[in-house]
Amino acid sequence: MVRVIVDGTPVDVPAGFSALQACEAAGKEIPRFCYHERLSVAGNCRMCLVQVVRAPKPVASCGFPVSEGMEILTDTEVVRRARRAVMEFLLINHPLDCPICDQGGECDLQDQAYGYGSGMSRYHEAKRAVTDKDLGPLVKTVMTRCIQCTRCVRFTTEVAGTPELGMVSRGENAEITTYVEKALTSELSGNLIDICPVGALTAKPSAFHARSWEYKKTDSIDVMDAVGTNIQIQARGGEVMRIVPRVNDEVNEEWLSDKGRFSVDGLKRKRLDRPWVRVHGKLMEASWQDAFVALARRMDGVSGYQIGAIAGDLCDAESLCALKDLMTALGSPNLDCRQDNAWYDLSAREGYLFNSSIPDIENADALLLVGTHPRHEAPVLNARIRKRFLEAGRGGFPIAMIGHPTTDPTYHAELLGDGPDILEKLLDGTHPFAERLQNAKRPMIIVGHGALTRHDAASIYEACKKLAAQAGAVSEGWNGLNILHTAASRVGALDLGFLPGARGRSATGMLRGGVDILWLLGADELPIDKIGADTFVVYQGHHGDAAAARADIILPGAAYTEKPGTYVNTEGRVQRSFRAVFPPGEAREDWRILRAFSEVVGKKLPYDTLESLRERMAEVNPVFRLIGGLARPTAQIEGQTITEASASVVSATQEEGFAASPFRPVMQDYYQTNTISRASPTMADCSRVYGPARAVAAE
Amino acid sequence: MNTDLKPQIQPDSFSFDGASEAEILTVLAKYPVERKASAVMPLLYIAQRQMSRLTGSAWVPVAAMDEIAQRLEMPAIRVYEVSSFYTMFNTKPVGRYHLQVCTTTPCWLRGSDDIVEACKRTTGIAALGGTSDDGQFTLTQVECLGACSNAPILQVDDDFYEDMDGPRTVALIEALRRGERPPAGPAINRSGSAPEGGRKTLIDTVHSISENK
Repeated sequence: MVRVIVDGTPVDVPAGFSALQACEAAGKEIPRFCYHERLSVAGNCRMCLVQVVRAPKPVASCGFPVSEGMEILTDTEVVRRARRAVMEFLLINHPLDCPICDQGGECDLQDQAYGYGSGMSRYHEAKRAVTDKDLGPLVKTVMTRCIQCTRCVRFTTEVAGTPELGMVSRGENAEITTYVEKALTSELSGNLIDICPVGALTAKPSAFHARSWEYKKTDSIDVMDAVGTNIQIQARGGEVMRIVPRVNDEVNEEWLSDKGRFSVDGLKRKRLDRPWVRVHGKLMEASWQDAFVALARRMDGVSGYQIGAIAGDLCDAESLCALKDLMTALGSPNLDCRQDNAWYDLSAREGYLFNSSIPDIENADALLLVGTHPRHEAPVLNARIRKRFLEAGRGGFPIAMIGHPTTDPTYHAELLGDGPDILEKLLDGTHPFAERLQNAKRPMIIVGHGALTRHDAASIYEACKKLAAQAGAVSEGWNGLNILHTAASRVGALDLGFLPGARGRSATGMLRGGVDILWLLGADELPIDKIGADTFVVYQGHHGDAAAARADIILPGAAYTEKPGTYVNTEGRVQRSFRAVFPPGEAREDWRILRAFSEVVGKKLPYDTLESLRERMAEVNPVFRLIGGLARPTAQIEGQTITEASASVVSATQEEGFAASPFRPVMQDYYQTNTISRASPTMADCSRVYGPARAVAAE
Repeated sequence: MNTDLKPQIQPDSFSFDGASEAEILTVLAKYPVERKASAVMPLLYIAQRQMSRLTGSAWVPVAAMDEIAQRLEMPAIRVYEVSSFYTMFNTKPVGRYHLQVCTTTPCWLRGSDDIVEACKRTTGIAALGGTSDDGQFTLTQVECLGACSNAPILQVDDDFYEDMDGPRTVALIEALRRGERPPAGPAINRSGSAPEGGRKTLIDTVHSISENK
């Protein structure tokens, strides 16, 4: 620790701190534009000038290291004049079009000009103008507003790992550009909008839609992937206008994937806003009463074994719990949350979790990716892997991949092979990468759904488990065997035991006509055409996608922005979201629908409030009491409801040994993976610009 | 941006020829393998010289920058940044002869305006930055070339023509047009930046200290 004196107050800070960080530690606000905690230091905006005693002139505090006994003055006439002068220079070429700028109201330049500027301009000459750039369907540019802080250049280069932006030319002509006109290829490009301190980079889809102070802000959790990114939903007049990330260093730092941010316009389109009942082969609008009665009548006399339920990828744990309880009450053991037919080791909770935890990726020293492409499956988590890769330096964090990635993973990953047979070579140590895993102190293996949805998933997982044991990946305080989920609801559903019970059918079994009545809770990512013609389908969900078209009864539910919910991310972290807006029309919160129907069918669920339902969830599995925290990978949590029977049902379909076929990518198209993103015109645009056809052409 | 990205101007592809490859080998040998991105500026020069050799116009097309980026295993945008930062790299086609007039203060005081005027008149170029109709000459304004003692300077491609004035500029351009390359250096009777007409100081024979008394 180093003792520095900031405005007369001594503070102790680590030796590596900059003067700016020391000032912050002392509680002093230092204005800045180019400095950003999560990016490298550029030192080119000069806004953070402070006075260091015995230094001949003001110093840029962001890049000035602290030393023992250093005295920093942040509020002297010299500093104030320096800031005013810097501000005046920055504003020389800035258009001052705040009234028509989307950044207005949340603009660093606006705020700091107000706080530290001089209040009037002495500049009467012509301002420079810069042509706008086309950076694709997500990021809008007004380059004349750019103050050249280069945060965007550093973000794309360092965090996103897609070095496409740069500052070309120099002096008066310097500008931020991709040089050759091209769309940014990052799945994290939306974060450029957040880190841009001015209105040069703003959101294209929501341009001119609302002003920042008009939003009602609600904390929530992103459901577009299984990372559990902390988000803030910003709504105006009952309509979700935009979604921005919240800071949570344990999960997403301050980033949000493009799908999570920009699929909001899908929430307003193709919505199911009233119940529908199929009468004589045609879907007819109905009241809740009619729909419930029709469904109860259809269920009348059907044995529990002939009823089944499949849960989708976006469900909150509340509705999963309510549906499971309803099915149990109806006597049905046919429950499944694995609509992609994935296989998990259900003997313990670690069998289906990302055990290392996301922040501990930064402590790993070797990584093997099996059948996963995190850049598409979890862009924010991928940024964490890249962060670790950059931190470790050349060769410090060896990464290997099994299964060909569809795009550049954004870090150097050695491609070991296309299929699982390479695992044998790693196990018997004949492959050179086996040695690197052996030498690593905290190796990580990430198994993705490219592997887990195969028929030989059990063998692959077993091989990975053996490999992890060989490499010492599972030891005191470290569990390096990880499952990367892609569905936000999956871990919550597994925690609640939303799985086939004794003699229950799995998702595939239910599709093959194993049940008379099939209840789909937002389940759309399954082969709808495989549902038997005689099966009576109930679709409870929020979007009119393929499954709703096949349904015999549609119960309109709420999207994730419209209900308070609990989600468990891929690490097993339980997080809560709140309601930002009300569901459209007749649509209702999903657990309330299930609770109401349970009464109609005479199997009343024992909870009337959200609190008592959450109490019930905690009874089923105590992890639901650990909100926000992480049950560290220790022994199995008591109360786990997964039975031996359900585990055996699942493994019955598994094949021995490895199949020869190569791993297939989990996602064909990153931008359209669920009902919300498929309904979003912005995501459709992205899919057109960045879609698979284009990716193939580029290779 | 001082660049022309029109597809009719930018060639589709670029590959280094044998002579360039030989140069690249010697350049790359100077840097450690993991730091080979340091060779970006020499490689840009090699590409520019090759374009001059093969097409008569010394410039670096985007395809060449992409090729360099690939060779040096660096993002293409980093090469674009370097090439656009330095005025010595031409990112759009120039004439056979690239006339670069220094107009910074010392040259301007010594009459660089006359040189610009002479260049325009002789080549028919309307404004700085333009290329003559016959494609022979491009006239650009450059900042201090560091030869102030021989001001004003006219740089043609890589050569400095020093102590210029209007008539000498006209004569030089006429000579270039005839395909001659007059020797570079001072246009007046002096060697380097030595005084005109020979030495002016230290011309006495050396006296011993005792003689001086």
